[in-house]
Amino acid sequence: MSSVADFLLSALIVVGLYMVATSRLAACVRASAVQGIILGALPLTLEWTSGFHPPSVHVALLALGAFGIKAVVIPRLLLRSIREAGVRREVEPMTSLHVSILGAALLVALAFWLASTMALPFPVASRLLVPAAMANVLLGFFLVVARRQAITQVVGYLVLENGVFVFGLGLAAQQPIVVELSVLLDVLVGVFVMGIAINHISQTFDHMDTRALASLRE
Amino acid sequence: MKLAIDTAAYASLLLGLPPLLLGIIARVKAFVGGRSGPPLLQPYRDVLRLLRKGAVYSRTTTWVFRAAPVVALAATLAAGCLLPLRAGGAPLAFEGDLVLFAYLLGLGRFLTMCAALDTGSSFEGMGASREAAFSALAEAALFLVLVTLVVATRQLSLSTIFTALAGASGANPALWLAAAALAAVLLAENARIPIDDPATHLELTMIHEVMVLDHCGPDLALIEYAGALKLFVTSVLVVGVVSPAALGHPVAVAIGTMVVAVATGLVESTMARLRLPRVKQFLIGSTALAAVALAAELLVRGPA
Amino acid sequence: MTVITLAAALALLLAGAVGAAGIRSSPAALRLGAVTGVVACTLGLGASAVWLLDGTEITWRMAWSPPINELSIGIDALSAFFLLCIFGVGGLAMLYAAGYFAAGEHERALGPAIAWLQILITAMAVVVLARDVIVFLVAWEAMFLSSYFLVTFEAHDERVRAAGFTYLVASHISVVLLFGLFGLLVRHAGGVQFAAFAAAPPVGPVAAVCFVVALAGFGIKAGLWPLHGWLPEAHPAAPSPVSALMSGVMIKMGIYGLLRTLTFLGPPPIAWGIAVLALGGVSALAGVLLALAQHELKRLLAYHSVENIGIIALGIGIGLLGKATHAPAVAVAGFGGALLHTLNHGLFKGLLFQAAGAVLHTTGSRDIDVQGGLLRRMPATGALFLIGAIAISGLPPLNGFVSEWLIYVGAFRQAVLTAPREVATAAVMVVPLLALVGGLAAACFAKVVGVVFLGEPRSPQSAEAHEVAGPMRISMVLGAAACVVIGVAPLAALQLVVGPATFLAGAGAPPAAFAPAALRTMSLIALLLGASIAVLILGRRLLLRRREVRAAITWDCGYVTPTPRMQYTAASFAEPVLDPFLPLFHACTHRTPVEGLFPRRAAYNVHLEDPGEAAVRWTLATAIAPLTRVRALQRGPVQLYLLYVLVTLLLLLVWQVRT
Repeated sequence: MSSVADFLLSALIVVGLYMVATSRLAACVRASAVQGIILGALPLTLEWTSGFHPPSVHVALLALGAFGIKAVVIPRLLLRSIREAGVRREVEPMTSLHVSILGAALLVALAFWLASTMALPFPVASRLLVPAAMANVLLGFFLVVARRQAITQVVGYLVLENGVFVFGLGLAAQQPIVVELSVLLDVLVGVFVMGIAINHISQTFDHMDTRALASLRE
Repeated sequence: MKLAIDTAAYASLLLGLPPLLLGIIARVKAFVGGRSGPPLLQPYRDVLRLLRKGAVYSRTTTWVFRAAPVVALAATLAAGCLLPLRAGGAPLAFEGDLVLFAYLLGLGRFLTMCAALDTGSSFEGMGASREAAFSALAEAALFLVLVTLVVATRQLSLSTIFTALAGASGANPALWLAAAALAAVLLAENARIPIDDPATHLELTMIHEVMVLDHCGPDLALIEYAGALKLFVTSVLVVGVVSPAALGHPVAVAIGTMVVAVATGLVESTMARLRLPRVKQFLIGSTALAAVALAAELLVRGPA
Repeated sequence: MTVITLAAALALLLAGAVGAAGIRSSPAALRLGAVTGVVACTLGLGASAVWLLDGTEITWRMAWSPPINELSIGIDALSAFFLLCIFGVGGLAMLYAAGYFAAGEHERALGPAIAWLQILITAMAVVVLARDVIVFLVAWEAMFLSSYFLVTFEAHDERVRAAGFTYLVASHISVVLLFGLFGLLVRHAGGVQFAAFAAAPPVGPVAAVCFVVALAGFGIKAGLWPLHGWLPEAHPAAPSPVSALMSGVMIKMGIYGLLRTLTFLGPPPIAWGIAVLALGGVSALAGVLLALAQHELKRLLAYHSVENIGIIALGIGIGLLGKATHAPAVAVAGFGGALLHTLNHGLFKGLLFQAAGAVLHTTGSRDIDVQGGLLRRMPATGALFLIGAIAISGLPPLNGFVSEWLIYVGAFRQAVLTAPREVATAAVMVVPLLALVGGLAAACFAKVVGVVFLGEPRSPQSAEAHEVAGPMRISMVLGAAACVVIGVAPLAALQLVVGPATFLAGAGAPPAAFAPAALRTMSLIALLLGASIAVLILGRRLLLRRREVRAAITWDCGYVTPTPRMQYTAASFAEPVLDPFLPLFHACTHRTPVEGLFPRRAAYNVHLEDPGEAAVRWTLATAIAPLTRVRALQRGPVQLYLLYVLVTLLLLLVWQVRT
């Protein structure tokens, strides 16, 4: 069953690359919803690598929680923010789209290299787990750094959190559930903070371009 | 029976002798000035006369004004109970009672200062302010002397200190310096020349007198009596340091304190009151003297 | 049993905090917070008192996720005593806060304020109960954060915000030093549990470094000179109930930390005792002198907190000397005096701040020189302030005297023992210093009581003042009653101190070291004093019954129209007292001298600059100045900063892979 997990993890990386490539905000948000669905399914499939058996309550709740928050609640909130703010496209990203895709690919390669040289001391359910996690972390960072619109930055932050979540799944045997719960809570808090920030940015500046934040310095 | 006689002697000494000391000082000053002076028992008559009078209270004052003379007298009486005026030591001696002795006098002083500020008059405020300044410095000197005594005798209670001093053989120069510093503290605490002039009539030059300017009648009687008691109590300390053997017998104590009163009278007659900045220097000088006494005690005798 | 009560008290505090924060309506939130707070503090007070009289040391361990593995809290003599202080003063502060916030007009919602108060008390209790580094530091930070939000409660005032910032900086410097201290200890002992520290105490230079860092880190929190600069800014800026709690208990957490660290560091050398004595002495003297120069009531009280922390440090120094010279009688007296003074100071400083808050509330001004005659308008507050003033000056028969006496006895005992010369000299120097400080403190409080409460009102606001009622008065009465009880019955109060003092002094202290006979005699003398006062008052009343008693104006030496402004002012009162010490400080005196026969205008104003505080500020400024070059990195776009983070992360990963 590890092939299902492998497939899901590689789909995660591809969706991440797609998010970097697109310039339409709504598409970006929907892609993060897709990532959420994948992450909802991931805990179950990781369990099933050793054979098909009904999932434990803890794993089922985890999967349900991840799906609910990452695939439903947060994308819905973000889409509503997009609608209210009336923004459609990413306006002049910092780096041109071609450079973005190249850069993203480079980061994914870097993630794979790092994962291969940093072996975890215990066996993981899938060989792609650590690379996918690292890749998502780096892609998320890239989105935050290289984009101007606040909403894309929020999505980038979410991708980052997804990467951390995947890491947590890999270490789930070693660590109790508290870590996972904290990760989910973290996402929730981050989104709310970002939501408020977006709200205030659009109210104060009448747009969601983060260039105005640059005036915050001494 | 012995205990009853003892206690009676102690009480009569503590309660009865102090105004006589004031009379002695006044008589000595008059004698040196070529006059015959008031009778020795005049302070007793003054106190009784004041007790028979009515009282006038300022409308500005509050209960603090009425409470201050009472508390000052009660505190000085309690301090007197810590003194070893008889062979068995004080009736209420304990370890570290010298601290309580000094701080009881401080309690009386604190409330007198508050009463002075209670009248809302700038004269009394001035007196209270100067009293505060001088008493802080005098406290430091007093405690330096006390700790010198403690180190010299290795005892922690007034009663045992003087018993040990009486039993010690050989002269101790540190104790002479301590006695000199203690004499200066006596002059400061009791508002005698050269720190304050108890006979002046100018409010701007008074310290102690001006603090009690508004008291009259029984309150003033209490204050005068408390002043006499404070003089007695501090004189006993001086007698104890100079000739500790005297502290076992009430009669010897009486004679000793009268000698101290005569000496005070002589000092008052031969010196003029110092200017106020000089008073501070005088007090700091006596603190330094006491510190030298302490250093002499520590270094010469050593921690044997 | 006591354990359950303690846990219940803490849980009740937290529940009350959550509840008060959640309720929208301010009066209801206040009531809920006050009720839960007072009940919880009473429970905690009872539990810790019972434990102190007869309790055994307990530690609880709780498993946690890696890398922490285990959290532990526990209760022993030292913790129980500080819990007593926390819950006692905390309960009084919560009661007062209920009245104070209800009586005043505040724009902000009051629920969060009460909630923060309860969180502060809980955090302090957890600091004292902590038995490993993580719990300690988390609770320490919680304590700091909640007090910060309380200090900046009136954030609309510019000065309050500035004071809050100073407090922020000082607390964080202290936390950094604490991290350093605990880092050293953890590295030496190999574990984060306090038990591990005590089992493997560091020696030699490591111990000395730990001691110095602890003294600095905890000294900032306690307010030892010269690290006290934040105290006179933060305490006056906070609302009065918060000032009472902070001055009363929170700065004692620094003392607790220092004492706890001393239990980790093994037998102290003589130099440590002398260092603490020196610091304590300087703090006490500097604190009281600077207090004399203040004309703002709460700032004056804050400087007196510095003075009293100095006195507590003197006691700790004597205790350390006793430990170093193996004289248990000395150590027990020194530590006992320090601990009792911690409790006493909490009680009377809380009382004084609460009364000051009442004065501020009714007259609207903190300046001493516009008050006057308040005793007539506010008889209860005035009388209670007088009791607090007598207590803080260390005058018998109140509680301040008992703790100072104990420190004196420790110093005397040390002075008469055979010991190295520097020990005897140090112990002997404590005595006149403490006496001088006591005399100056009495002078300062005579000034405050006289100028604020006595005499004639100097301004219309003080003529219009009214008495405070309700919870404010009750909490002040309770505080004053505690001061009187401890002063008049010190033997009973000292039962609570015996356990922790013996614990700190190490084994081998004879019970007679606490001088029970002396304490009994002191109670007797207090009763004698009371009896003679009563007799004299009765006698005077009898005498005056048949005589004429009338009222008149104060003797005015012939001035026809004296005005209240002719009364002695606070600055004038303090001037001769401060005069011999002025060379120690940089004093700015502004004088408009009196000219002519009928002078129109004359003024006198003195402002003392604290050299210690100035030195600390200069050090910080020169240390930070070169660091401001880092500002070049701050260009503006958020993306740039995140790029910094990403690059650092990648570099770290690559480096990690390489090695």
